[in-house]
Amino acid sequence: MNKYHLYILTLSLTFIGLGIFAYKTVFLKFPIMPQARSNIWDIEVRISFIAHDTPVKVSLFIPKSTTQYSIIDENFISRGYGLITKKTGGNRRIIWSARKIKGDQILYYRGVVRQISEEEPSSTVKRPEIKKPVFEGPYLIAVESLITKIWNSSADLETMVAELIKQISTPQDDSNISLLLGKQATLLKKMEVAAKVLLYAGIPAKVVHGIRLQEFQRDIQFVHWLQVFEKDTWQSYDPETGEQDIPHDYLLWWQGNYPLVHLKGGGKLQTIISVRLRKEETHTITGQHKQSNNSPFIKYSLFTLPIETQAVYNVLLMVPLGTFVLVILRNIVGFKTFGTFMPVLIALAFRETRLLWGIVLFCIVVGLGLSIRFYLEHLKLLLVPRLASVLIVVILLMCGLSILTHQIGMERGLSVALFPMVIITMTIERMSILWEERGAAEALQQGLGSLTAATIAYLVMNIKYLQYLIFVFPELTLILLAGTVLMGRYYGYRISELSRFKALAKGKP
Amino acid sequence: MIVRKLSNIGVLGINRRNALYTLQYNPRKLYPLVDDKLLTKQLALKAGIAVPKLYGMAEIQRQIKDLNSLLKPYKDFVVKPAHGHGGVGIMVIKEQTRNMYRQVNDLLITHEELKHHFSNILTGMYSIGGSPDKALIEYRVQFDPVFNGISYLGVPDIRIIVFLGIPVMSMVRLPTRLSEGKANLHQGAIGVGIDISKGTTLTGVQGNDIIYEHPDTGNPVSGVLIPGWEDLLKTSARCYELTGLGYQGVDIVLDKDLGPLILEINARPGLNIQIANRAGLMPRMDLIENHYKKLTNVDERVAFARNNFGA
Repeated sequence: MNKYHLYILTLSLTFIGLGIFAYKTVFLKFPIMPQARSNIWDIEVRISFIAHDTPVKVSLFIPKSTTQYSIIDENFISRGYGLITKKTGGNRRIIWSARKIKGDQILYYRGVVRQISEEEPSSTVKRPEIKKPVFEGPYLIAVESLITKIWNSSADLETMVAELIKQISTPQDDSNISLLLGKQATLLKKMEVAAKVLLYAGIPAKVVHGIRLQEFQRDIQFVHWLQVFEKDTWQSYDPETGEQDIPHDYLLWWQGNYPLVHLKGGGKLQTIISVRLRKEETHTITGQHKQSNNSPFIKYSLFTLPIETQAVYNVLLMVPLGTFVLVILRNIVGFKTFGTFMPVLIALAFRETRLLWGIVLFCIVVGLGLSIRFYLEHLKLLLVPRLASVLIVVILLMCGLSILTHQIGMERGLSVALFPMVIITMTIERMSILWEERGAAEALQQGLGSLTAATIAYLVMNIKYLQYLIFVFPELTLILLAGTVLMGRYYGYRISELSRFKALAKGKP
Repeated sequence: MIVRKLSNIGVLGINRRNALYTLQYNPRKLYPLVDDKLLTKQLALKAGIAVPKLYGMAEIQRQIKDLNSLLKPYKDFVVKPAHGHGGVGIMVIKEQTRNMYRQVNDLLITHEELKHHFSNILTGMYSIGGSPDKALIEYRVQFDPVFNGISYLGVPDIRIIVFLGIPVMSMVRLPTRLSEGKANLHQGAIGVGIDISKGTTLTGVQGNDIIYEHPDTGNPVSGVLIPGWEDLLKTSARCYELTGLGYQGVDIVLDKDLGPLILEINARPGLNIQIANRAGLMPRMDLIENHYKKLTNVDERVAFARNNFGA
């Protein structure tokens, strides 16, 4: 009732929120910008071939955790195949097998790789046994002269390998090297020759294969580089420059002179590898804050909770932001939506499905649900059983959509399961009643309003920086609360009312 | 720009209506009185205000079985949910044949379909929040021919907004072909403003646009004198004592034999009445807030309205 009461309340809320925020940033030195960021890649290998109605065996090398990257999750998609994983010769391999199978076959390997932020020291290995390669005739002479050459122009093993890679990268200068490489000197061939030369000189060396982890790439080509045993560990050498240490985005996949995929019992083998980066914020307060650990703001902060609970609050704390947006949309803009907070819940589901897929899946589920609902109308069911039937149908629809999209290979479709199905059911019911009472136009308008509100709420809730800010400084929610309370006293026109009453603004003729 | 024009006219928006009028003058505990049409009817009868006669009602699914015998004595009737809002779930039957019912739009429905409609009402399909409801069967109003030229099927009704017992603004809601005989604006009916002091119609509103002729009959909507206007205003003003709601919309229908009958009372009346009247509610509300304490009885309140709220 009292205007001052309201202003004092909102002012003190804002003041408390800003005060804690300022204290945490200035005195406790909480970072205002997110710092640690660990990169995560999804790797997918898609193998397709035609089976000849005979026993089929497909073997595929898969990456293993290294000092720079760790495989945090992987799965295999192969209907009707037996599956075993094997560790051989420092490689990991999976073998799919089937007794009798025919027609087009598609197998998937999916792995999730996380970059390790602080590189662990590499473990020591025993010096491997060397199997000296055999060269004959002109090849022998070529190898020996090459070894002499690089030996003379280097000081230690590191510079020697660098020199070798340099020599081999420019074969046109030296007829010996051209001879060793043959006509088609691919990177793989070059590395293989380099490894052989080193082995012949008594230095343990091997060729390893891997990919470059990029933002997003389909049909990735493999890169190959040399690993040389030095002191008590394997050292990688950059295949381009010959320097020790390879670029950070190289992911080691497998080693040795084998192809990635080996197929028995089929033909027309095709392998496509794709990579997609997803950035994940890790909200950590480390380093300089540890000294002020006795501050209650650190002792009683969200960071002390278990990681899984932190993840829950990371999401929950975005809900106030979503509702704040919704209040603006409804009370100031004048959006019409189904249910007060339904758009926020849909927006939460969009977090998993991503926007485009979310909208598509939402439209499909609601559209199909509506048609079922109209069919049920004919059966003249009572309200509660009818709602329950729609709910059952909605869940079945979601199952069906997940299976269907999964079969087609559209992974995003799986996330339809995250839609709040009860909310969707109520939306369908209200939409169908509105449809009958006020016509399709009004129902679609409100449906569209809800979807647009959900999209806007999602876009705001998905701003990474805001997520960081609200998680690290939950007190900022108090400012949101103050804003929401203030909007509760916004008595002015809604933007939609301006067009509603525009006939009045023209005045009397 | 447009905001300034609207606020100069004193157009009331939803936010302001909710905050300053419904939240402030309509205590939540009074809502059940108007949300339940049966309760409203009983209150009105007690206060001596005329309402359409209640023929009967169904409260539990079992009663639907005996619907036949319940409906038999009546040639025509109206079925409505007690907790319906915005005119939904209302079915107007103008004639009974042997086993069919003829609706006002000449559509025939079977006994089974009528039963299903009843059971839909009982399960709460049309009630706010979907809670179980009662189905009322009541007298079908034989409406006064005054609006014949500017009405299509259905029953035109008169909405009077009453603020603190004083009629503020009024319009007549005329069914159209689009609204299928229903008198609710969002269903396509048109609203025509009424000059409170004279009781004559002004221009109309369909959707959000100002109109001058009825879309189906083509007759001009303005200049129709409503018979017994003083009585209508008094009836509406008395609803303040009836419900205690400070801000309400009273829906009255003119029966050619029985005169004005109260159909229902709305605790959150819509705002499009301002377009029909081409006037904002705010100046009138402010005037009432300044003077209502001096007005002691219904006659004074109606006189105040007629003196101040002419077009």
